[in-house]
Amino acid sequence: MNAQQERVEMAAAEPQIEGSGLGRAVVGLARRDLRVALRRSGDTLQPLGFFVIVTTLFPLALQPEVSLLRDIAPAALWVGALLASLLALDLLFREDAQDGTLEQLALCGQPLASLVLAKTAVHWLLTGLPLVLVAPLAALALGVPAAALPAVLAALVLGSVTLSLIGAVGAGLTMGMRRNGSLLAMLVLPLVVPVLIFGAQATAHAISGEKVAAPLYLLAAMAVLAVTLAPFAVAAAVRIGLE
Amino acid sequence: MSELIAENLHLWRGEQHVLRGICFELARGQCLQIMGANGSGKTTLLRALCGLVPLEEGQVRWRGELVSGSPHGFHTQLGYLGHDNGLKPDLTALENLRFATQLRRRAAGAQIAAALERTGVADCAAQLLRRLSAGQRRRVALARILLTQVPLWVLDEPAANLDPRGQSLVTELLATHVTHGGMAIVATHQPLGLTAPQLVPMALQ
Amino acid sequence: MAWVWFHRFGSPPYFYRVARRLTPWFAWPALVLGLAGLVWGLAFTPPEAHQGYGFRIIYVHVPAAWLSLQVYIVMAVCAAVGLIWRMKVAHAVAASCATVGASFTVIALGTGMLWGKPMWGTYWAWDPRLTSELLLLFLYLGYIGLRSGFDDTARADRASAVLAIVGVVDVPIVKYSVDWWNSLHQGSSIIRAGGPAIATPMLIPLLIMILSFTCYFAAVLLVRARGEILRRERNAQWIAEELAAPDAGAGPGGGSGAVAATFRGATAPNSPAGHARI
Repeated sequence: MNAQQERVEMAAAEPQIEGSGLGRAVVGLARRDLRVALRRSGDTLQPLGFFVIVTTLFPLALQPEVSLLRDIAPAALWVGALLASLLALDLLFREDAQDGTLEQLALCGQPLASLVLAKTAVHWLLTGLPLVLVAPLAALALGVPAAALPAVLAALVLGSVTLSLIGAVGAGLTMGMRRNGSLLAMLVLPLVVPVLIFGAQATAHAISGEKVAAPLYLLAAMAVLAVTLAPFAVAAAVRIGLE
Repeated sequence: MSELIAENLHLWRGEQHVLRGICFELARGQCLQIMGANGSGKTTLLRALCGLVPLEEGQVRWRGELVSGSPHGFHTQLGYLGHDNGLKPDLTALENLRFATQLRRRAAGAQIAAALERTGVADCAAQLLRRLSAGQRRRVALARILLTQVPLWVLDEPAANLDPRGQSLVTELLATHVTHGGMAIVATHQPLGLTAPQLVPMALQ
Repeated sequence: MAWVWFHRFGSPPYFYRVARRLTPWFAWPALVLGLAGLVWGLAFTPPEAHQGYGFRIIYVHVPAAWLSLQVYIVMAVCAAVGLIWRMKVAHAVAASCATVGASFTVIALGTGMLWGKPMWGTYWAWDPRLTSELLLLFLYLGYIGLRSGFDDTARADRASAVLAIVGVVDVPIVKYSVDWWNSLHQGSSIIRAGGPAIATPMLIPLLIMILSFTCYFAAVLLVRARGEILRRERNAQWIAEELAAPDAGAGPGGGSGAVAATFRGATAPNSPAGHARI
């Protein structure tokens, strides 16, 4: 009776969709990924926990003296964010590759670059954005003054977008390989050094009260470059990974 | 009038020459059955036809045009069912099929229910796929193929994990599809219940 | 006209034969120019004001650093050509570049550290050039690591081509960001980006050395690319013909006959030598 009811409800509620173009496909993919991720919340929360632990390690490895911590706060926050993102990136395509849905995406007739951009965007929403939201707590624990937080957050948002996109290229290339996170790290980390440099610089300037416009603009430029160019590289990488 | 033509396909996997000069033609209302021992390259051939694996030599033509030139157009006419079901285990059957129709340019709605009914898993519609048996999941995957409403079906062991009733379901679906002018390429050892000229057998060494 | 040449080079047998003929044209100049440059640079240039004789390591360091970047660009361009035009020769050349480029980077880093000791008093001082070289080394190692992760050579080619293209777009951004990072943290004025300005009498031997290193790279690349093509095409008919009856000017017939026999014996499928290796 349940299935019967479900069918009746569905036929009544859903209007006839005439045809789905790229927009509908992208939205459908985003919603599907969100739904799957919310049902497997463990996967998405782990990188967050990792970030918190890593930033905790820095004060433990030094002295808990505030002025010293404030000096290393940019480094701790950004290295932690980088490593946590790398951990999360492994998940981006692996599941879909294993259950065959990634193949279906490559065969549906829609441009793969748009579809992987949607996937990466959802992945960022689930892993990059929570990291950015938790970062203020970690930053305050490292002695960052509250006035600096908006700039720190802005830098992390822009940087994490670039990280997700470049990392997606690496994730696509290493998709089929044995679960070996270090190869992904070796491929991606040298490519994202500029994000680290400018991000940490923006954070340091924010802490010392200087102007943060320059590094933020550069981070924004890199994010824009990544959003426009990376999807094609990611699509190429995914196709190679699917062979 | 052949719609799908494969000319002299060659493919190497590392050292192995997996596909050696495969040639065939397929017209509407025909089903190509590919048979061969394990490891003879059936799956590789199907994937190469879809464009998932690049071919070293040879061409595939769909309605006269090279597939490599305009793959997207070819893909909209093609439905692929591989070893994996192509479904997310963390979604229900309904959610999976709804997404599958959103990706393609096909009408959804009550047709999804009809497809599930046809493949005999209508009562599993609202259950998470991971809770279904392998056979039930395969049936949902078959429903997905039905919903694509494409002329060309490419099926890799469609009756895998299915009981004898499921196997006869596969032959029925194929017969209906082919009789209504569709085409299919199926890699399976199971008898498909079709005869020439509908059935085109091909054996791989 | 240019396209004809381009596609002819894309044919493995053609490239194989032409590469053999071209190699001496690069190898000998490399040797001669290298000796000339080293002798001139080490023996005949005056000692630099601050650093005495120690700075002469730049005659090795600068060419190595310059080449390490050029090789990466050549590698990325060849990989792109191989990916777009599906040219096996281009992929073979790109694969051959990787270890050579990485070696140049290591030489640049090593000589840079040797230079650093007399110049800065320490082996490593996070100079922007050395830091960029280090990151370039990581890019090379990533490329090599990615290749070795694939058993199928063709897949390894395509995957590493994507990586090389992304890398080459990123390299200028990385260099710029490292320079910027370093300029913010200027310590003592001794650690100036790029070192002291180079006067003309020292410049000419430097240019000679750069030219010598470039010829060396070309020669080594041709030899390695030939070897790479030989390995990839070893089951092909033209290889057997080539080894049985090599073109004029080659080694003694008995030697190449023995080589041909060895390769015919080693053409079993799935042999261990078949796995992608740099």
